[in-house]
Order: sequence, then structure tokens, then C-alpha cells
Amino acid sequence: MTRYKFITVLVCAVAPLLLTAQAAGPEMADTMRSNGKIYIVVAVCLTILCGLFLYVASLDRKIRKMEKDSRGA
Amino acid sequence: MKKNWWKIVSFGLLVYTIWAGFLWPVPRLFILNETIRNLYFHVCMWFAMMILFGISFVYSIKYLMGFKYRNDIYARHFAAVGSFLGILGYATGALWVSVTWVTQQGQSFGSVLKEPKLIGAAIALLIYGAYFVLRGSLTDVDKRARIGAVYNIFAFAMLFPSIWIIPRLVGSLHPGAPGSESGNPALDRNDMDNSMRMVFYPAVIGWTLLGIWIASLKVRLQLLADKNLLNDKV
Repeated sequence: MTRYKFITVLVCAVAPLLLTAQAAGPEMADTMRSNGKIYIVVAVCLTILCGLFLYVASLDRKIRKMEKDSRGA
Repeated sequence: MKKNWWKIVSFGLLVYTIWAGFLWPVPRLFILNETIRNLYFHVCMWFAMMILFGISFVYSIKYLMGFKYRNDIYARHFAAVGSFLGILGYATGALWVSVTWVTQQGQSFGSVLKEPKLIGAAIALLIYGAYFVLRGSLTDVDKRARIGAVYNIFAFAMLFPSIWIIPRLVGSLHPGAPGSESGNPALDRNDMDNSMRMVFYPAVIGWTLLGIWIASLKVRLQLLADKNLLNDKV
């Protein structure tokens, strides 16, 4: 019986230490990742990237048309 | 469509960069924390800038070999987009510095201003700025192309001491300088694990291709505008 008591006390004493050891690591955006909202940031950035590429592609098309016109003239 | 595959590759790689760059795990390091993800964006700007300046340098040499006006147009616009990426790299670096060098390590703003990597990068960008001033000040097309090409070769040669060699010789806060003991003047290899490399190298290629695409648009527009000056067909 006393042995169990000893182990319980030991566990109770050591467990908080383990917890603090985990928390002492470098801070990362774990909270942001755990509730999933980081995906919104990714979606926003991808939207901007898509818009940027569409814009550049439309310029590309316009210039190609001008090149075609100038070759025809 | 056959000639445009690399534009789609660029788009795909950048989508992958943003997806993996935000969501994939990164090494957990003090001071840097999540900002290590800037590697996929800030460092890529400088890599893309170096490659575009390299292309511009090659076209300047080609111009001096045959004096074809077309090569001068290429050199000028690749240098312009390269400088633009350099300015973006500088601006993003300034943001990154404000959370990693100034506050966390107890560095004062004054020590950041004395930072050799920043001064070197500023010198390199100013040398390229002078390239455009020089070109703009000459009205004779042939003279402008010739002097511009010679100056561009000098500017590219000056890039190496100013952003690679000098920050490596003297102490610097930037990763890769002597104190950080990685021996690489651009980024600290010890801070990167293999999963980061899997995102970083595709990111470099993606941003570079986007830069080349924009530069090629500028070149094509200029070729159309100067059609009468070109001897060969557009």
C-alpha cells in the first residue's frame, strides 16, 4: 500500500514538470492551426496568386494579339 | 500552347509554395518561430533577382558581340524586373528584421543599420538603379545600348562582392555570416530540414519563372514599340 502511495506522489510531482517542459519549446502558431483558420489565410493568398496570374496572362494575350496584328500589317 | 508550358509550371509551383509553405511543418526554433516560413518568399525574391540579373548580363554580352539592338532590349528589361524583385526582397527583409533582429535578440536599430548584408544589398540595388539613370540620360540609341551593356556587366560583377563576399567576411546578423557558422552567405543550412527543402527549391523555380514571364512581356512590348529600329524580324 505504501508503495502505491509513493508512486502516486511521484507521478503527481513529476507530471507538472513534464507539462511545463512541453510548453517551454519555441512558440509556434499551433493554436492557429488547431482551429483550422490558417486555411483561410492560405485561401486568401491563393486567391491573390490566381488573380495575379490571370492578370499577367491577360496581358500576355493582349501582347500576343498586338504581335499578330503587327506581323499582318 | 506548346511554348507556354513553363507559365503553367510557374503557377503550379507557386500554388504549391503557398499551400505547403503555410501548412507543412517547419523546424521549431527560438526567435524565428513561424517566421522561418519567410524562406519560401523573402529568400526566393533574391534568388530570382540573381537569376534575372544573370540573364540580363548574358544578353549584354551578346549585345556587345554582335551589336543587335534586340539583345539590348532583353538586357534592359530583365534587369528592370530583377531590380523590382530585389526591392521586394529588401522590403520583406525589413519586415522580417523587425521581429527577429531588433526585438528578440536585444539588437538596437542602430546595429541593424550597420548590418553589412543590408548595406551590401543596398549598394547592389543602387548600382542597378544607376544603370537605368545612365540609360535614361542617353538619347542616342546605339550609344545608350553600348554604354548600358558595358555598365551592366560591371553592375553584375559588383553584385558578388556586395551581397555575397563582404557580408561573409565581416560579422553579420544575417543567416550565413560568420557568427552563424553555416558558411553559406544567403541562408542557414542548419536551420532548414529536408521537408523545407522540398518546398524551398520549387518555390525558387516558381518565383523565377514568374519573373521571367513578366520580363518577357515587357520585352515583347518594347520589341513591338521599336519595330522600326530592329533589323531582324520580330
